[in-house]
Amino acid sequence: MRLQYPSNINIIKLPCTGKIDLIHLLRSFEKGADGVYVVGCLEGACQFTSGNIRARKRVEQAQEILEKIGIGGERVRMFNLSSSEAPHFVQAAVEMTENIRDMGPNPIKTAMQKAA
Amino acid sequence: MIVADKKPIEEIIDMVKGYRKILILGCNECVTVCEAGGKKEVAVLASALRMYFMNEGTKIEMDEITLERQCDHEYLEEIRNSMDQYDAVVSLACGVGVQFMAEKYFGSPIYPGVNTCFMGVTEERGVWSERCQGCGQCILDRTAGICPISRCAKRLLNGPCGGSTKGKCEISKDLDCAWQIIIDRLKELDRLDDYEEIAPIKDWSTERAGGPRKVVREDVRQ
Repeated sequence: MRLQYPSNINIIKLPCTGKIDLIHLLRSFEKGADGVYVVGCLEGACQFTSGNIRARKRVEQAQEILEKIGIGGERVRMFNLSSSEAPHFVQAAVEMTENIRDMGPNPIKTAMQKAA
Repeated sequence: MIVADKKPIEEIIDMVKGYRKILILGCNECVTVCEAGGKKEVAVLASALRMYFMNEGTKIEMDEITLERQCDHEYLEEIRNSMDQYDAVVSLACGVGVQFMAEKYFGSPIYPGVNTCFMGVTEERGVWSERCQGCGQCILDRTAGICPISRCAKRLLNGPCGGSTKGKCEISKDLDCAWQIIIDRLKELDRLDDYEEIAPIKDWSTERAGGPRKVVREDVRQ
């Protein structure tokens, strides 16, 4: 299909979204990421039975923490799609990029630049 | 195990505001199993605090250490040489660990990072429930291995109260009546005659009512 998605997205490949831990999501923001989204298989279709369900829970935990510490819970999200749904992948990338653009840069990044 | 729950991050932020170098101290035992104060939770709390204070424009240094236990001298001794460098410690151990830290490092502010709840079991991941109140005089031999002290809301010793309906306790439809379970178990074990025996008045002096407790075993004491 050769579909295009925003070039600002850095893809980190994992064998399963169940590999993601809460600390991985938080560290991304600590290192200055403006937003993080997790793309997992459709719920009920995980090869490892519940990897994507666990990922969703961890994303929700990250949202709660980021909201409470003033970074913004909406900077982290979970999307579910199958590997054959390229248009949905692009749609998620565009939606996430637009949302994050509206929210502005990660305040941690700005604070780090000020402190430096 | 001792079951604890995470403290809200806002509460921890309030505790440590104003300190410049903080140690987040985890415990590898019970609180690791109930996902409240192990190595992972230490990393998450430290990361969240670092981001919060960075966002506030406050520079704070944070170290992360997880000890094997915080309720034994030998493990707490492992951090003795580095304690001087910290302005405060947030301990993610149960209340026992927090207190032992406070007793051992008398001059250092020690703050609790979790709410210690009870002694209980993991029913399933994310669900823990109480099983023991440490009353100091176990009666499980008479109650088919089910504890009416910890599992009956009224801590009754001789059968259910009038509030038991269809096997559920009157305080919540989601709570099993402990005495219903005891009777079901006694039936299963063919020991229902035990139910007819009247339990004497319990000596509560071994429970918390008798003040702070202590176990001294001369046979193992050094």
